[in-house]
Amino acid sequence: MKSGLKRSNAPIFWSLFGAGGMFSALFGPVLVFITGIAVPLSLMLPSGTMSYPKMLAFAQNFIGKGFILAVISLFLWFAAHRIFHSLHEIGIHAGLGAKLICYGSAFVATVVSAVVLLRLGF
Amino acid sequence: MPDSQKIIEIEVLRYNPESDKEPHLEVYKVPFSDDMSVLQGAQYIKDHFDGSLTFRWSCRMAICGSCGMMINGIPKLSCETFLRDYYPNRIRIEAMANFPIEKDLVVDLSGFIEKLESIQPYIIPREPRSLDQGEYIQSPEQFNAYIQFTSCINCTLCYAACPQFGLNPDFIGPAAIALLHRYNMDSRDGAAAERMELVAAEEGVFNCSAVGYCSEVCPKHVDPANAVNINKTNAAKDYFLRFLSPKGGSK
Repeated sequence: MKSGLKRSNAPIFWSLFGAGGMFSALFGPVLVFITGIAVPLSLMLPSGTMSYPKMLAFAQNFIGKGFILAVISLFLWFAAHRIFHSLHEIGIHAGLGAKLICYGSAFVATVVSAVVLLRLGF
Repeated sequence: MPDSQKIIEIEVLRYNPESDKEPHLEVYKVPFSDDMSVLQGAQYIKDHFDGSLTFRWSCRMAICGSCGMMINGIPKLSCETFLRDYYPNRIRIEAMANFPIEKDLVVDLSGFIEKLESIQPYIIPREPRSLDQGEYIQSPEQFNAYIQFTSCINCTLCYAACPQFGLNPDFIGPAAIALLHRYNMDSRDGAAAERMELVAAEEGVFNCSAVGYCSEVCPKHVDPANAVNINKTNAAKDYFLRFLSPKGGSK
């Protein structure tokens, strides 16, 4: 066995990436359909499905908060990891700067959305 | 030579470390028959045009893993790739990508050999066992858990295919991790925790970004990408659960 091996901290980012990948695969397409197609075109769903009072109530519910945070945060961690590694693969030698931009934006967005969701109250 | 003799142009990446600053391409016109492999094409060049052309080969039947090269940019065993499939186009053969070239089509595999050694590629028994305890008994299910990963012939085509190995030569890489997984999955072996130190290290599985090209080019269907990705899950479990484990996981 080689000596001087250093444990990689990748599992943290890889787990967030994996969770985000799973979550976006399960919910991404239907969210695009509801928020991008069905609601604006008034297809299939009752009118006012995404009205302000309804969405506010959703965001004030404990489970609703969790869902919104997961959609924003996990999708971003997934994207950050994928973009960072894709840079690597197309030959852009992504250094610390790229890492900070990719993962940093996911981290900042997570914190901001958590704060905003908490400030909406319960 | 009969008039109907077919001739294919073979473009070869040549490099002589004693006289060349960098590799260059040379074209040879090789007469061939339908049963001739790319390896036989290279042998024809060596026998008839330039005896200094250097390449590795041994078995001629996709068992020894010596004759890997880039054929039109794709890592393949030259003994099981046929000239007829490229005719009438020109075919380009080059040394395997991602490795330092020693001469012509021969690459330096010493880094790979070190990696093979580093994964402890042998059964490390769970507990000492004496001869009078008899042989190990293994069920078909236990056998099936690892047999696929024993098929590797160390041809290193997967390393030539792996973009991450190309960027970071310290990455343990597909074949070595597949072999590591083979020993971890063997019911007679008890050293998975020991090997975890390497799996979870910065040289380990997390270099992989799940491109999957390694498994695509593998001539023995070992599926190294699967072995690597199973071990990502194992390493992630080890990372988070080591605080709960009585032994504390690997360091």
